[in-house]
Amino acid sequence: MSLRDRLFGRERRSAQTARKRLQLVLIHDRAGLSPGTLDALKDDLVAAISRHVDIDASGVHVTLRSDRDKQRLVADIPLAPSRERRRELG
Amino acid sequence: MTAKVVTITSGKGGVGKTTATANIGAALAAVGHPTVCIDADIGLRNLDVVMGLENRIVYDLVDVIEGRCKLRQAMIKDKRVADLYLIPAAQTRDKTSVSPQDMIRLCDELRSHCAWIIIDSPAGIERGFRNAIAPADLVLIITNPEISAVRDADRIIGLIEAEGKGPGKLIINRVKPEMVKRGDMLGEDDILDVLAIELIGLVPEDDRVITAANQGTPVALDDGSRSGSAFRDIARRLDGEDVPFPPLDGQVGLLERIARLVRPGGE
Ligand SMILES: Nc1ncnc2c1ncn2[C@@H]1O[C@H](COP(=O)(O)OP(=O)(O)OP(=O)(O)O)[C@@H](O)[C@H]1O
Ligand SMILES: [Mg+2]
Repeated sequence: MSLRDRLFGRERRSAQTARKRLQLVLIHDRAGLSPGTLDALKDDLVAAISRHVDIDASGVHVTLRSDRDKQRLVADIPLAPSRERRRELG
Repeated sequence: MTAKVVTITSGKGGVGKTTATANIGAALAAVGHPTVCIDADIGLRNLDVVMGLENRIVYDLVDVIEGRCKLRQAMIKDKRVADLYLIPAAQTRDKTSVSPQDMIRLCDELRSHCAWIIIDSPAGIERGFRNAIAPADLVLIITNPEISAVRDADRIIGLIEAEGKGPGKLIINRVKPEMVKRGDMLGEDDILDVLAIELIGLVPEDDRVITAANQGTPVALDDGSRSGSAFRDIARRLDGEDVPFPPLDGQVGLLERIARLVRPGGE
């Protein structure tokens, strides 16, 4: 870290890192879902949905969010461009 | 008299449960409330040495539960503070020699003889923890300002709620104000934010905790110490008093010092 960063307090202090890591670890703890389980769940989800519709598997995001009193599993699953759309594009 | 039963627990080990039990107990007794401290850490007896009563143990908690002695016989009376008692843990037995029902029965027998019963819980989330919280009217969760300790506190808070013993209250122990100030230690706001629990104590890191433990005199009986005063504040809050949290004064930074110098009126 440069002297300038230090003087202007631009460094990232360790408490800030701790805060972020703590929040993340608690979200997973409270849901009883480890990051690894979440990955496995994502793969299952991709497989299941792919049986019905074409999806863009590389763009799938499954995350845990916590609101005030509820934990939410949020899945963002982009569909693959439809055939007609692909023809238009091509 | 009907005692209120307070259990001090943590999840993570070594964060200050025994220290807090000895000090809160001493602080309550020092202002005239008859108080019994119970060491529920069976097999890892410690509260006796922190309170300086280790040489006077004849009977222990398991002796009472198994009927080898009367409750009164296992209560060691403190010599410095009137109306402060300790029921020590058994050292040569394990947690399975006590059940939650045993603890409830024992505390019910004690309730009419004192104002406060403070229970020192073992670390962890197993049998010993369940024994310790079974008779509790209030559970205090103690943590340090570190990710691992706060994470375990969160787990314990969930278990306490599941057992119908919530909501507990939180003690943050071993705070280093200078580190918090320069952004290198989680502050009370950070911790309260994620745990969503009421704060009842903020205890600074203090060498005197260790020297007091060396001597077997709880630091709460030492008028001049910062940690002692923090423990006395916790006792007063338990007792229903509205005690504000004094700022944990860290070392004053250079800029702050200059600002004070140029401020009209100086320091
Ligand atoms: N505020 C403080 N300042 C300095 N040292 C402290 C403070 N609080 C506790 N300690 C020290 O930390 C150590 C652990 O404290 P203590 O034995 O009370 O923890 P515990 O939670 O009961 O541990 P265990 O889980 O093993 O029962 C002791 O050496 C004690 O003196
Ligand atoms: Mg202990």
